[in-house]
Amino acid sequence: MSDERSCCCSSNDCCVEKSLTVYDKKDKWVVDEIHTSKGTVLVVSTNLDMKDFFEAWKVRWGIGRMDYKISPGLYAVGNPDQTSPVLVSVNYKLTFNALRKELAGLDCWILVLDTKGINVWCAAGKGTFGTNELVHRILKTELSEIVSHKKLVLPQLGAPGVSAHEVTKQTGFSIVYGPVRAKDIKAFLTSDFKATEDMRTVKFTLWDRLVLTPIDLVAAIKKSLIVFGILFIVNLFAAKPFGLADFIIYTGTVVTGTVITPVLLPYIPGRAFAWKGWLFGLLWTAGSVWLNGWFTSEFLLVAIGYLLVLPSLSAFLSMNFTGSSTYTSYSGVIKEMKTAIPLIALSSITGILLVLINSLLA
Amino acid sequence: MDHKYLKNVTTLNLSVEKCIGCGRCVEVCPHRVFILNERKAQIKDKDMCMECGACMVNCPVNAITVRAGVGCAAAVIMGWLTGREPSCDCSMDGKNCCNEDVIL
Repeated sequence: MSDERSCCCSSNDCCVEKSLTVYDKKDKWVVDEIHTSKGTVLVVSTNLDMKDFFEAWKVRWGIGRMDYKISPGLYAVGNPDQTSPVLVSVNYKLTFNALRKELAGLDCWILVLDTKGINVWCAAGKGTFGTNELVHRILKTELSEIVSHKKLVLPQLGAPGVSAHEVTKQTGFSIVYGPVRAKDIKAFLTSDFKATEDMRTVKFTLWDRLVLTPIDLVAAIKKSLIVFGILFIVNLFAAKPFGLADFIIYTGTVVTGTVITPVLLPYIPGRAFAWKGWLFGLLWTAGSVWLNGWFTSEFLLVAIGYLLVLPSLSAFLSMNFTGSSTYTSYSGVIKEMKTAIPLIALSSITGILLVLINSLLA
Repeated sequence: MDHKYLKNVTTLNLSVEKCIGCGRCVEVCPHRVFILNERKAQIKDKDMCMECGACMVNCPVNAITVRAGVGCAAAVIMGWLTGREPSCDCSMDGKNCCNEDVIL
């Protein structure tokens, strides 16, 4: 981002003070300005409006997701002074909104880091929510001139990217890690920066899992268009063309792997995600094959074929949900994949061959 | 309901000799793997570790080691295909892969 603080006097409102952050005057979430010795700081609203909810909904479905950001820099909530706490956040607007919504009635500063529009935890993993960016942003906003204390509150999930002692060494600011969830920030600030065990623990509730499923579902449906395309071509030559029943059993498998399994995750026996997805994929496929009356000698080839390929597909889709989960380790995922991938590949290829043979050479 | 992932896989290691008992690892761990006992950190539940690396990065005396990485199958596959380190690179495929409701 180029935040040239050019005081261009193109319009009548020629600014005399530089602004510490760049923003669009049409933005409704900016409600005021505070003038500090180091420039103007934008005061943000603690209410979310319809536009914010609509944007959040769009982002959940993957629309404009990588470009939903605000300018990095210093912001204010309420009417903070030099003794007010400084919270550190990211320039992903979904995150920033989740934070400001919880700050009603408080006076504080928010130091927004440039994480290229990525949420705290992801950015910390990538290092963009990191020691260097934090040090850079502290110096750039001349924070030590704006507040008289030397304390920063960071989101706990920013910790993988930030070396607290290193930041203190370089800037003099000490770091307190706040709660994991934005909803606990007020309790944390009013209890003298003490977080309970509960505030410090990452969870993965049914609701958390549910709101994550649309992204995977949409991605899987997009890829499925290729499958439908291939099946359409196969149908031109097929003795037994694919029909509605095949479409339903396939689509149901995609939904099982990307929605049903993730939502029911902790209730499904076993630990590996691929296993859970396979198990539910098998239940769905076996149930559908039975309902279609395909467990007969006439349909045996397609029944076995589907029982091989579809649970594997569901296993693969569910395995990808490890990335959305909040508790899988790299070592664990590698171990799971080393077993799952060869089995999925073998089972799928055999299954696809059987289904195609059945369709083309019936 | 508690989530449990694979057992005996994490690479987390704590050197009790080096530990100065500052409690930073207890503070940052999102799965409460550590506790502080008589001014020394202790690993309470190793299998809960997701190898995020927060404890290692924030330990002022380098008493903790862990192979930090993303527990994400899609990232690992992408790493195999591109020959790069698996990373939570959200710009790939337009997929922002982390949970956005647990963030601050």
